Amino acid sequence: MNCIIIDDEETARAIIRQLCLHIEELNVIEDFPNALQAIKFLNQQEVDLIFLDIHMPDFTGFDFIQTLKNPSKIILTTSDKNFALEAFEYDCIVDYLVKPITLPRFLKAIQKAQTFINPIPTDHKNTDTPPKEEKNLYVNIDRRLIKIDFLSIYVIEAKGDYIHVKTEKKNYTVHSTLKKIEEKLPKHIFLKVHRSFIINTQKIIDIEDNSVLIAKDVIPVSRSNRPELMKRLNLL
Amino acid sequence: MIEQPNKNYIQQLSAGDPEFEKKIVGIIQREFPEEKKEFLNNFNNKQFLKTAENVHKLKHKIGMLGFEIGYQTAIDFEEGLKENNPSLFPKFIVILDSIETFLDTL
Repeated sequence: MNCIIIDDEETARAIIRQLCLHIEELNVIEDFPNALQAIKFLNQQEVDLIFLDIHMPDFTGFDFIQTLKNPSKIILTTSDKNFALEAFEYDCIVDYLVKPITLPRFLKAIQKAQTFINPIPTDHKNTDTPPKEEKNLYVNIDRRLIKIDFLSIYVIEAKGDYIHVKTEKKNYTVHSTLKKIEEKLPKHIFLKVHRSFIINTQKIIDIEDNSVLIAKDVIPVSRSNRPELMKRLNLL
Repeated sequence: MIEQPNKNYIQQLSAGDPEFEKKIVGIIQREFPEEKKEFLNNFNNKQFLKTAENVHKLKHKIGMLGFEIGYQTAIDFEEGLKENNPSLFPKFIVILDSIETFLDTL
């Protein structure tokens, strides 16, 4: 998601930039100390999301919104709680953050914005497979939310209170359980083959009696899970 | 007991990144004196609506630096100024002075 920040306070702009670093998918392309500079910029380039201060000299956040013909989604950032009601009269405003902005509240706002920017079609609800948009998973590592593409994962291994997510490029250690991640994964691609392992069935290289080879890893297959694994294979 | 400023929020934001902490402290050290100066100038000229705007802007830094009672004082002062009531000035200026002293130590 490409975004810009509009705030006359340099401290606020720096803080929002820092908060954006926690979301790999968020790309701050520019920040502006006033709305007029932002309008010039937006005449040249579209963005997905705008962080907008309300109180700015000469041209307020609401003045700015009214100049936009086809506004991007907006998260208001303000030190004033009094405008919340007015704010939600605008369809483009997805959330309202009161400064000083905390990380948990910021993440919630971004999640909200994502649902507006990439809405989930209703015909994908209540199915076994994740909606089309959910091609990836966010995991919390050292206070950063890291995006992992489902299809890049080849195996997930449980180790105590942690899981190791192995992808083609990188491995991640996440404080979670196999059960939790299993619920998030597309069921037609991933399969639990052992109490400590979930594999991406599309990445299988070969299968022996009680193990599968995926990339360079030999993964054990428990007797009880083997029938389901065999069902998934396009056997000759 | 008078509230004292702290860097807790900044440290949470920086998540152990000393570069960010240094950067944000530098910005506040540069921005705060200008904001305080403008606030005092408008207040002394009895431009209370403009002063309310200044208080509004300063409120963010007051919150960031850990003031809770002070943050409420700023809200009340801002509202008072909009109604031509500057009576909370003495309480507010104590907050600004303690921030100024604190920033000098960083």
